[in-house]
Amino acid sequence: MATVYEQIGGAPAMDAAVDIFYRKVLSDESISHFFDAVDMERQAAKQKAFLTMAFGGPNTYTGKDMRTAHAHLVARGLNDDHFNAVAGHLKSTLEELNVPANLVADVLAVAESTRNDVLGR
Amino acid sequence: MPALKHNGLTVELLAGETVLEALLRVGVNAPSSCRSGACQTCLMRVESGLPTAKSQEGLKDTLRAQGYFLPCVCVPDGDLVAAFPDADAVQRVPTRVIDVTPLNADIVRVRLAAPERFVYLAGQFLHLHHPGGAVRSYSLASLPSAVEPLEIHVRLIPGGQVSQWVHSELGAGDHVDIGGPAGSCFYVPGEPERSMLLVGTGSGLAPLFGILRDALNQGHSGRIVLIHGSLVAAGLYLVEEATALSRSHSNFRYVPTVLNEDGPNGSFRGQIIDAVTQEVPNPKGWRVYACGHPEMVKAVKRQMFLAGASLKDLYSDPFIIGSPPAVASD
Ligand code: HEM
Repeated sequence: MATVYEQIGGAPAMDAAVDIFYRKVLSDESISHFFDAVDMERQAAKQKAFLTMAFGGPNTYTGKDMRTAHAHLVARGLNDDHFNAVAGHLKSTLEELNVPANLVADVLAVAESTRNDVLGR
Repeated sequence: MPALKHNGLTVELLAGETVLEALLRVGVNAPSSCRSGACQTCLMRVESGLPTAKSQEGLKDTLRAQGYFLPCVCVPDGDLVAAFPDADAVQRVPTRVIDVTPLNADIVRVRLAAPERFVYLAGQFLHLHHPGGAVRSYSLASLPSAVEPLEIHVRLIPGGQVSQWVHSELGAGDHVDIGGPAGSCFYVPGEPERSMLLVGTGSGLAPLFGILRDALNQGHSGRIVLIHGSLVAAGLYLVEEATALSRSHSNFRYVPTVLNEDGPNGSFRGQIIDAVTQEVPNPKGWRVYACGHPEMVKAVKRQMFLAGASLKDLYSDPFIIGSPPAVASD
């Protein structure tokens, strides 16, 4: 079965998805401070890596990579609420892109599977 | 199988092997992260040969135009010579100062004879070598042409070794060394109808003026808005030149902006970010160039992105004006 990544059109469609998703994240005051210090243009590429992974596209990230990438955020208080907020923006991004509900559920399951690594537990 | 050349090394690619895999196989310490063409950690640039279309997908237009590609998803069809982004900064060529003239109380225009080998795009920057060894980056306001000298704008920074030397010692006929060019903040031809917003403070006007003239020269037909901000009216410069261009080109609008007092006719009084919002309330589909004060650049990029501009269409200089050259990786 096609992954969400293929369904929404693979790599070329990711730019639109990144714009929508990252606009939601930056507009959410409960989490935007985690992204303040990072250069926006660099951050765009990181977010694209994140979405590619969550959408079931090709990636080679391991749980350990997720721990390392977020360790400095955990030190700054990253917790379940923040994680839930990001997952929520992921969900509404997919809905805006008209991704069918069953695939949205798949994506959220992928995101959920990284929770403990992202939160360093 | 195609051959890959990197830094004097030649690698025969194996069937289906990516450029990144080949480099790692022969022990080159190449950076990488997602290995799926997304995170751009592994970015490289071709010095000759063609990168595959897939390996340039999702890159900014200005990176593509310079031959940047993602080696982690590039299985080349033909021979390639590839280098890491910071490799460009090594060139160093001597040149001669044509003149140094004041633009306002703390910014001078330096014109330099263009060395033959110095191929650049308006808006990119060069590295200026101080005889004592220090190096600083300055954006190019000139257009590449056989007759036009290189032009940079240098702001006097209190205690700044290089800017003080430029302001008080450098003069016509002196010889200086320059390096580069580098940077991805330049006009991208090919979509003449796209709207463009150029926003700058202080000597951040230099690259914007280069980009503006380049766009007009190439027959850009979409809207162009230039907003130049200053604390006081005396800090603005090239006001007459910009005004003249706005008279001769109906698609170009010039908005000088002054924070603390009234500026010239038609200028905006207040915060530059408010001028930006007023001039371009809906930046969807616009290319946005921001140069100058780092906090201003950050605020403009954020504001324009949240208002609808795409992340891919935001351009700014990767260095802080008057600072040592950064690795020109974006
Ligand atoms: C939903 C699960 C999540 C996944 C799968 C995920 C995935 C990723 C990936 C793949 C990267 C790029 C790593 C790299 O290549 O360097 C990254 C970076 C980042 N993530 Fe997440 N992330 C998740 C949740 C979060 C949350 C909840 C936050 C904060 C609210 C967050 C904030 C960041 C930041 C700020 C970076 C950039 C780090 C840096 O460049 O310094 N992430 N994430």
